[in-house]
Amino acid sequence: MDELFVRVHVDESEKEHIAHPNLTAFQEGWLRLKKNKAAVASLFTLITIGLLALLAPVFSAYSYKETNYDIIYQIPSAAHLFGTDQFGRDLWVRTWMGTRISLLIAFVAAFLDLTVGVVYGAVSALIGGKVDAVMQRFIEILVGIPHLIIVILLMMIMPAGIWTIVVALSITGWVNMARLVRAEILKLKNQEFVLAARVLGTSTSRIIWKHLIPNTVGVIVINAMFTIPSAIFTEAFLSFIGIGMQEPKASLGVLINNGYQVLRNFPHVLIFPAIVIVLIMVCFSILGDGLRDALDPRMRK
Amino acid sequence: MIKYICKRLIYLVLTLWVIVTATFFLMKKLPGSPFDAERFNMMSAQQQHVILEQYGLNESLPKQYVKYMGNILHGDFGTSFTYTGQKVSTVIGGRIGPSALIGIQAVLIGLALGLVLGIIAAWKHNSGIDYFTMIVAVLGVSVPNFVAAALLQYYVALKWGILPVGFWTDWRCSVLPSVALSFSATAMVARFIRTEMLEVLEQDYIITAKAKGLSPMKVLMRHAVRNSIIPVVTILGPIVVNLLTGSLAVENIYTIPGIGSLFVDSIKANDYSTIMGITIFYSAFYIFVVLIVDIAYSLIDPRIRLAAGKEA
Repeated sequence: MDELFVRVHVDESEKEHIAHPNLTAFQEGWLRLKKNKAAVASLFTLITIGLLALLAPVFSAYSYKETNYDIIYQIPSAAHLFGTDQFGRDLWVRTWMGTRISLLIAFVAAFLDLTVGVVYGAVSALIGGKVDAVMQRFIEILVGIPHLIIVILLMMIMPAGIWTIVVALSITGWVNMARLVRAEILKLKNQEFVLAARVLGTSTSRIIWKHLIPNTVGVIVINAMFTIPSAIFTEAFLSFIGIGMQEPKASLGVLINNGYQVLRNFPHVLIFPAIVIVLIMVCFSILGDGLRDALDPRMRK
Repeated sequence: MIKYICKRLIYLVLTLWVIVTATFFLMKKLPGSPFDAERFNMMSAQQQHVILEQYGLNESLPKQYVKYMGNILHGDFGTSFTYTGQKVSTVIGGRIGPSALIGIQAVLIGLALGLVLGIIAAWKHNSGIDYFTMIVAVLGVSVPNFVAAALLQYYVALKWGILPVGFWTDWRCSVLPSVALSFSATAMVARFIRTEMLEVLEQDYIITAKAKGLSPMKVLMRHAVRNSIIPVVTILGPIVVNLLTGSLAVENIYTIPGIGSLFVDSIKANDYSTIMGITIFYSAFYIFVVLIVDIAYSLIDPRIRLAAGKEA
């Protein structure tokens, strides 16, 4: 019997060999994201749109508010790639200027949401007890309020402009982030690795910065990816119903509203900003899904 | 269960109170006045006094607030500034019909289309129809409803002349706005059902059903669909929110005499009392829908009821 089985040579040192370099959660996430072709394509589309929004108005011969009544409502041509509007303003410049403003509003609003939400959620989860109870009751009241209505009311009492929209969006937008961060930290707080860190004598602030915050970054990034398009939508929506940005400033909502007024005769005024906003929303949606799958495989849907 | 509902009802009242209070004080800070400034200043002090008194605007803020809260408890939302002499509740009441019709039709279209697309997509996973459904799902939530509504109006009504451009005369007028509103609902339902059903299809009881020789159709209808349909109740809340916001733009585009267009018009006319009335109406509606959805879901799925009971 013994002859039938030959002992295979096992190199003991091989057992402990680490085949791959040690990756952080983000490097791993990036590796997984790279495999998702749609997400990568969306990322590049967004970068392209961002670059165009930044550079196109700079390198154009026209300005976004320069009017020229000799060339109103021109259809797209070599001189005016997207045509001109009712004041003869160049729509190529106005569209990218509008994209720039819409993106700016969305990013700043998302950043403010994120800051307030993360601080509120983290404080609530870490202090716990009565403070947490009070903070959560407050949030439970706020989540019942339809956001858009409050945003509209705020828009009405503040002077029209970029910052008004940012403030109005942020006042209502942080609640969701706060809830997610709190839930995540509550979950992490009781896990073994935090207990281990505590046993080893790690200070509370070090646990927060080294263990809790890095582990919630996934949730935060994913949520931010969904906040940005919703901010872009809300801004465009407000401008469309006439209480957002005002002329001659351009935002995607203002441009779409303008285009809608003359849709019957000059569809090109509406089409270009509409395509840009749809592209932005689609790309953020796909990228957000991709990031969720990549950073948090448990949430894969 | 009763404890849970009571707790929710207390929150409901608190939330409504916060909304009413916030709206009241925000409205009082509003720049501009519902009265035409030029003509108002031409009036004598006595005339101004009479008008202010008629609308209850001559008292101190706290007094006005207490009075307003008292009136609301009696179902009185004050008098509209635009529709002179009409009660806000009457104005809103007259506008509910069209909005409700469009909203209900949109939900029904969204549910029907979304269910069919989602079920087929999951059943034929990774097939052409699955990819089509995913594209619909992404586009449905990405294309802003006012862009969709504007394009539908342009092509279907203006270019092809199949349906009316707007107005509110017969049922044909309600088709386009309902379809425009239903896009986001279709997308959300299709996506949700697809995910849910892909999970259900991997469950042991589906394998059991297949193993005991049930026809694929029976497995689908009796086991898969039934078990994946119930959770759709949970996304009714977000769907209703989307419809509310959507209606503001869509009703304006199709000139429908509904609450959404009334709201936008009141905002432009500084009609405080109507804005406040609609804000409260929308919020109350939304909160009730969420509450009913939560209760319905806990009744349908006992696991949720237990979790809620533990929390309470």
